[in-house]
Amino acid sequence: MLMPMALSPRLTTLMQRTREWLGQVGWHVLCLPVAVSCLFPLVWMLSSSLKTQQTVFNDYRIIPATPHFDNYVRAWIQGRFGIYFLNSLGYTAVIVGGVVALAALAAYAFSRFTFRGSGFLYKLLLSTMLVPIPGAFVALYILLNQLGLIDQGQGEWLPRLGYLLPQVNVGLPFGIFILKPFFDTIPKELEESAAVDGCGPLRTFWHITLPLARPALGVVALLTALSAWNEFLLAYLVFSRHELMPLQRGLLAFHGAHLTEYPLLMAGMVISIVPIVAIYLVMQHNIIRGITAGALKG
Amino acid sequence: MPSGNRDRLRVQGSPARRGPLPGRAGFGAVATPYAFILPAVLLFSTFSVYPFFLLTCTSLLDWDGISATKSFVGFSNYWSVLTQDPVFWRSFGQAGFITLLALIFQNAVALLLAIAVNRRLRGASIYKTIFFLPPILSEIVVGLIWFWIYDGNFGIFNYALKAIGLGALARPWLADPRTALTAVAIIHMWKGFGWGFVIFLAGLQTIPEELYEAARVDGANAWTRFRHITLPLLAPVCVMVSILTILGTMQIFALIVATTGGGPGYHTEVPITRIYHSMLGSSRFGYACAQGIVFGLILLVFSLIQMRFQRRST
Repeated sequence: MLMPMALSPRLTTLMQRTREWLGQVGWHVLCLPVAVSCLFPLVWMLSSSLKTQQTVFNDYRIIPATPHFDNYVRAWIQGRFGIYFLNSLGYTAVIVGGVVALAALAAYAFSRFTFRGSGFLYKLLLSTMLVPIPGAFVALYILLNQLGLIDQGQGEWLPRLGYLLPQVNVGLPFGIFILKPFFDTIPKELEESAAVDGCGPLRTFWHITLPLARPALGVVALLTALSAWNEFLLAYLVFSRHELMPLQRGLLAFHGAHLTEYPLLMAGMVISIVPIVAIYLVMQHNIIRGITAGALKG
Repeated sequence: MPSGNRDRLRVQGSPARRGPLPGRAGFGAVATPYAFILPAVLLFSTFSVYPFFLLTCTSLLDWDGISATKSFVGFSNYWSVLTQDPVFWRSFGQAGFITLLALIFQNAVALLLAIAVNRRLRGASIYKTIFFLPPILSEIVVGLIWFWIYDGNFGIFNYALKAIGLGALARPWLADPRTALTAVAIIHMWKGFGWGFVIFLAGLQTIPEELYEAARVDGANAWTRFRHITLPLLAPVCVMVSILTILGTMQIFALIVATTGGGPGYHTEVPITRIYHSMLGSSRFGYACAQGIVFGLILLVFSLIQMRFQRRST
């Protein structure tokens, strides 16, 4: 900054401080309204979930006069959100386990071995992250239908499988994309000494490499869990029975059947976001790291 | 499982290389990498590769998805998509409209906020946490919250408008043909800007502070520093965010299902809702596949630009 030499040093620092302070205020004037607009819809959802079927339409206070926490019990039982919640929990657990296991095995092979077709296969797998195939769900539906995995009143495990397998597949490229470079950074000497001690490749992988890759495995697990929990399209295609539906599908089913029962719907939505918001608040750093890695690295 | 002696051969640079010749390594050692990769490849072949061929083949058929009779119709499905489907192209234009709004407003807000938070703003980490909250929520949850906020009779949005004397503007925002598409676009941008924000922020943090220090010493003001340091160094990130915004927004689906279902009329139809409708609404599976492929080829242009950029930046 060019400052007239005549100004006393004290005045200069005062001016600088004022400028800094004004700058801070200016940026807060920008950020604060956006932050409020981010939070308000969530606050309003919470608020509506505590009102009655009558007060939700005429009591516009954020904190209702008498909060009805029993809405949550009713949503959990009568609204079937308990079933949807447990389904989502189970589906997410299986998908995360499947993606982490299969992606780690595949990424390890890509990182440690060169074999026929490895380069092509690696590129093919990762290309599914880049190339959009918007009609793929039509073909997936035909395939699942051929395999008898679309929910049409058969045994409940078939549609569940029809929901789980494609999602593990969808998660694989991202998992490999994160894990392969990470395995590359783990020094081979550790594995070599294990091999000298007579460890087979699977045991070396399990006892030496995997424990060292825990941070990367964590990122893959977190982001897979997030997308599995929020998945909708496949659930929309596969399920027709309420007792098999995950939360996202269940929310839409509830909304379709009880168009104006906002308190219970909002309670169901709060139930549906509690786990991810909790995980987000604790693991925020890792989630954002995974998101930016997925978008920025090529 | 192969024996330990054979395994040593496969570990690169291992001292065991001095051992038996590779030719004598046997089936076990050669098969090891394939064993590791087999589960992933099986799943990938079944649920990605095979459906890709199924998609291509079905697009040449006239098929209702159930009956055994599938008639080969060549490219006539494609011809119909290209020349006789105004609703599909309208849906394409509508997704394009949402995309355009997102490119301009969502990304501008995201960039501006990233710059703000990057400036050692007090409470920066709290802002970061709040801005990334909408992106972690599902489109269904976000759609249903806003469905209730926008409600024509009892929504808080109309209530707020009335409270500040703008009651004349109150309307069922998602059911009014004049506002439905923009209302959906606003929801989409509300959900999406935090995602662009964190990516811009990560990009900004890779710009070395010394560059700004040097510019400051040379007497460059804030605008000049932004124009000549931030913008050029952030350009690749801007391109990436723009392309991912295009690809993501053009394929919008769940948010539409949760808010308007494509209505009123066809006013908020987007390509994916049309493809879904062709498939399970009118049972034209071949036609749905052709729509999907035509749409996919258009999107491919953008992903090719993206790949080119990624190759250049790495």
